[in-house]
Amino acid sequence: MTRYIIRRLLAAIPTLLAMLTMVFVLVRLVPGDAAMAMLGDQASEVSLAALRAKLGLDQPIGVQYLAFLRDMLGGNFGVSMSSGRPVLEEVARVLPYTLELTASAILIGAIFGLPLGMVAALRRNAWPDYLSRILSLTGLSFPGFVSGILMLLAFAVYLRWFPVMSTASDNFVDHIRNLALPALNLGLIMTAYITRVTRSSMLNVLGEDYIRTARAKGVPPRRLILRHGLRNALIPVVTVVGLYFGTLIGNSVLVEMVFTRPGLGKLILGALQARDYTLLQGLMVIFASFVILVNILTDLIYAVVDPRVSYS
Amino acid sequence: MTALLDIRGLTTEFRVNGHWHAAIQDVNLSLAANETLAVVGESGSGKSVTALSALRLLPQAGARIARGEILFEGRDLAKLSQRQMAKVRGDEIAMIFQEPMTSLNPTMTVGDQIAEVLMIHRGMSHGAALKEARDLLDEVRVPDPGRRITEYPHQFSGGMRQRAMIAIALACRPKVLLADEPTTALDVTVQHQVLTLLDDLKRERGMGVIFITHNLGVVAQIADRVAVMYAGEIVETADCTRLFANPAHPYTEALLRAMPRVDRRADTLEPIPGSVPSITARPAGCHFAPRCGYVRPECGHHPALGPISGAGGSDHQARCILRAKAEEAAWTV
Ligand SMILES: Nc1ncnc2c1ncn2[C@@H]1O[C@H](COP(=O)(O)OP(=O)(O)OP(=O)(O)O)[C@@H](O)[C@H]1O
Ligand code: SF4
Ligand SMILES: [Mg+2]
Repeated sequence: MTRYIIRRLLAAIPTLLAMLTMVFVLVRLVPGDAAMAMLGDQASEVSLAALRAKLGLDQPIGVQYLAFLRDMLGGNFGVSMSSGRPVLEEVARVLPYTLELTASAILIGAIFGLPLGMVAALRRNAWPDYLSRILSLTGLSFPGFVSGILMLLAFAVYLRWFPVMSTASDNFVDHIRNLALPALNLGLIMTAYITRVTRSSMLNVLGEDYIRTARAKGVPPRRLILRHGLRNALIPVVTVVGLYFGTLIGNSVLVEMVFTRPGLGKLILGALQARDYTLLQGLMVIFASFVILVNILTDLIYAVVDPRVSYS
Repeated sequence: MTALLDIRGLTTEFRVNGHWHAAIQDVNLSLAANETLAVVGESGSGKSVTALSALRLLPQAGARIARGEILFEGRDLAKLSQRQMAKVRGDEIAMIFQEPMTSLNPTMTVGDQIAEVLMIHRGMSHGAALKEARDLLDEVRVPDPGRRITEYPHQFSGGMRQRAMIAIALACRPKVLLADEPTTALDVTVQHQVLTLLDDLKRERGMGVIFITHNLGVVAQIADRVAVMYAGEIVETADCTRLFANPAHPYTEALLRAMPRVDRRADTLEPIPGSVPSITARPAGCHFAPRCGYVRPECGHHPALGPISGAGGSDHQARCILRAKAEEAAWTV
């Protein structure tokens, strides 16, 4: 297992380097450069040149690239151009909100999606199956921010059960009330997604020879489904949810904007509006590293669920 | 001998394109304790369906037992609920399957998979069941069973997996074992070892074994009695030695001629031309007629399974209008 973890970590290094290179190129492809973004279009050539020298932008591209790699790998993301605070600090301030949102979404998705998918598979082509298929199709065909706006209108504006705008609050109940709608919104999409994957994966597993063996052993139905069916059906579910994680954070950024909730979404929006190069660059790197990390975690969970993985 | 398992008139149907078609028809089999009954026939003849029907392991949708009784110690298994049936499976009647690579649960240790049967049927604790699982692995001659119980199926070779399957099946000392081509996927030496093991265990425990195979060499090695199946029906049944010496049904004869033997050159093998009809396309009269070298107009009437003339005291039956002339039709080397 330890060897497996080390192997997975080593395998992530090329991915990380490729990602950093892409961010480096992207930032330099944007029209204008950081110095121009900071000083504005009207700035004089002299002051631009001075700032470029200060930022190292006058150095040869190779030198810039190495310096960039050194900074990013060392966690040295620089200072936000708009707020003057370190990028890491800016991100660390809002990241918990986004994580809390995505984690709740996955939790909601697992709580509803796993049983729904299982029931659909077990009652294949009967009404529970049709119902769950319609629900998951609906959930998946709505863009997150559209259903978000609809929920906001229904539950916050019309019914007034939840606040329209989230505000930071130390009160636990308020905190949950703020989280509820956006989490439910993303959670429903996640439910739709997990339902679908669980259904097809469970259907596959139920047709496997070892399920027939278990039946021939006299394993009672409940144990058959949970111990022999679900455990094996979870393997693809874990993979797919892990792969979906990047998209989920992307969705949560949109949903945060709809619900005006603090989080990465608001930070990204602000950075874009302010043309805050350093912040955007840092956000991209942190976001991508995060996705890589989640993929490694997924692989580890995968190895725990499926004994064949860590041994081979 | 009184029968331990007595299958009478069993007919199992599948729904294909909205219509029910019989995969096996009017199958009669009886098995005594300490007896090995081989069921032979080409692929698609209905061997697996017969065994799966007996244990009520058919798919839940699109399959049904249309007629017949499965009498086990006086009880008709065909009438039991799935819940009652689960109590019989793995305890009184066990089954092993052809595919050792896929028949074990990949996410459970082999030890847990053996222990599970004991926990379900004997109410043993996990610890006690695992200890017993270790002993069972030892009994099926898996080396180093103490370590092996902690391993997963993918760490076992094909032959070892099939031994583990046998350990699972025999854990509760069943009275009947249904073995559906348990050695077909194994290479020849391993196949021989597993057969010997099964035979020894059968003797030690006085089990009745229904052994499904399409390999007549295997039949000769282990069977007491043989039932030959073709297109969903039993076409001949006899004592093992008698069947090999005096096959009565043209299909049995053809099977024997197609059988590789050490005392015969491979190029004298005669494969049976044609193939088993699918369950939706079975001929109205004798099912074997399209492939039979003795076919005649009377074969358009579906023949019944009946005793062979000149069979002496032995219970030799065939489903062929020629059966009265069995002695003449007999296959000679
Ligand atoms: N679930 C099913 N639905 C429809 N037809 C089926 C189903 N299962 C089996 N059959 C059909 O029933 C017939 C008998 O199949 P069975 O599996 O019993 O053959 P077999 O004698 O065991 O052959 P093999 O040597 O290939 O295992 C075949 O024609 C098969 O196509
Ligand atoms: S009944 Fe006729 S067709 Fe069928 S096996 Fe006998 S001889 Fe051949
Ligand atoms: Mg079969």
